Amino acid sequence: MQLLLQQIVEGLASGAIYAALALALVLIYRATRIVNFAQGEMATLSVYMAWQLNQWGVPFVLCLIIVTAVSFMMGALTFRFMIRPVLGASDHTMVVICIGFFVGFEAVSLWFWGADPRAFPRIFPDDTWAIRGVRLTANNLGILVSLCIMTLGLSALFRFTRIGLAMRASAAEREKSALVGIPVETMLMLGWGLAASVGFIAAVLVAPSLFLSPPMMVSVVIYALAAATLGGWDSPAGAIVGGLVVGVAESLCATFIGFIGNELKVGVPFAVMAIVLLVRPQGLFGTAAVIRV
Amino acid sequence: MTAILQVRSLQAGYGSIRVLHGLDFEVGEGEIIALLGANGAGKTTTLRALSGTIPARGEIMLDGNDVSTLSASTRAQLGVAHIPQGRGTFVDFTVEENLALGAYMVPDKQTIGRALDYWYDIFPWLAERRAQPAGSLSGGEQQMLAVARALMAEPRILMCDEPSLGLAPAITQSLFALFSRLNKERAMAILLVEQNARLTLKIAHRAYVIESGEVRLQGAAAELRDNPLIQRAYLGT
Repeated sequence: MQLLLQQIVEGLASGAIYAALALALVLIYRATRIVNFAQGEMATLSVYMAWQLNQWGVPFVLCLIIVTAVSFMMGALTFRFMIRPVLGASDHTMVVICIGFFVGFEAVSLWFWGADPRAFPRIFPDDTWAIRGVRLTANNLGILVSLCIMTLGLSALFRFTRIGLAMRASAAEREKSALVGIPVETMLMLGWGLAASVGFIAAVLVAPSLFLSPPMMVSVVIYALAAATLGGWDSPAGAIVGGLVVGVAESLCATFIGFIGNELKVGVPFAVMAIVLLVRPQGLFGTAAVIRV
Repeated sequence: MTAILQVRSLQAGYGSIRVLHGLDFEVGEGEIIALLGANGAGKTTTLRALSGTIPARGEIMLDGNDVSTLSASTRAQLGVAHIPQGRGTFVDFTVEENLALGAYMVPDKQTIGRALDYWYDIFPWLAERRAQPAGSLSGGEQQMLAVARALMAEPRILMCDEPSLGLAPAITQSLFALFSRLNKERAMAILLVEQNARLTLKIAHRAYVIESGEVRLQGAAAELRDNPLIQRAYLGT
């Protein structure tokens, strides 16, 4: 029982990171119908920038704030100069462009900072508490709280602000949004910027335990893809739930199913994706594509 | 008569297929204008070209300024309201959000509040269902919501594409009564694209008949109603 609870806690903490990255993926998918599997590589590049600023003596928290803003710009510019010109192109075009991003962003990280893994400072203190034998770390709690704050912030933005409403409308109905006077492409650009910032936060949370290296996010993005598939690609709430479920599933399978263990646990997200696609392709909270006649 | 919308040799199409071959017409202050024509005549294409949803060539003068090179959202900001064919609402958004989106360009909260009161007064059911998604409304209700949404920003001209499509006759009647009322109360200029010529010619001041992307016939609505050609082709008598 104790072991079970312990594994759930660990699973939730890693799940929160998958959830955050999945949220970034979903934001971009909703806005532009693109599965940006280079999201992790963009985020890694951002984390390197934060690391570099910190090396130059900028206080850590300030680094995070600056780079969150820089990531936003990076995402927005990526949309403006590389996605907008091909908006409306076929899915194949988009996949090839994302492969380009994947290789390109990782190459930039590699070029400037090399392949050696670097230690990235922890945001949260090293405290641990034991409640009835279950070990809680400040890091795990911090990650979960960060996810909560980010989720609340984003839902407030989308639900209660004029610009959030316009962003949602632009993502859902591009043509009708233009007809009510919304500058749709600007809204899509903001969506890409927002996603890049969210991805950066996910990467910052995971960087201390993975060590910072150019391909750091490759495995994380696989879990995030599974999370978004499970939750439904057009549902931010689904991304959060999907991330947490995938995290817990990973941790439980690795501990309790003998042959999986630590070596095979990366198979868990693939299994999740396969099952979801077979049973409920639109995901838990996604809407099935309906063709209205 | 001062023209709100003046269109000269409008040409538009999809890809290499030309649909409009130089259309000329105008909508004056406080006028209801009907664009009539058979399926495929280019009525929908005309509205899409006017609102900037598809590229077009020719002159589109709004209040004397050529808007033909401007983007759809800029034209909307200048006062061109276009309710596309089918349900012109944001189906996954609530009634209230739909109206808020309609008022996207209105900076002043008080003006928005007054417009909301106006519409909640005309359609009390809008107020009752403000938290429901627009997609859950009936076809007629969605069309009324689409009109309310389009008018939130107080446009210069309202363009409506086949509003009667798929509606029961009684609902269509009340929708057209709404157009008449808006035209009388607010001197709203309205450009109506319709298949239902009989009803449209009752509320319209003037009409243009489009055939293969060109204006074939034009005149006062009352005259066109009596025109034997129109009667045979569109009124089924």
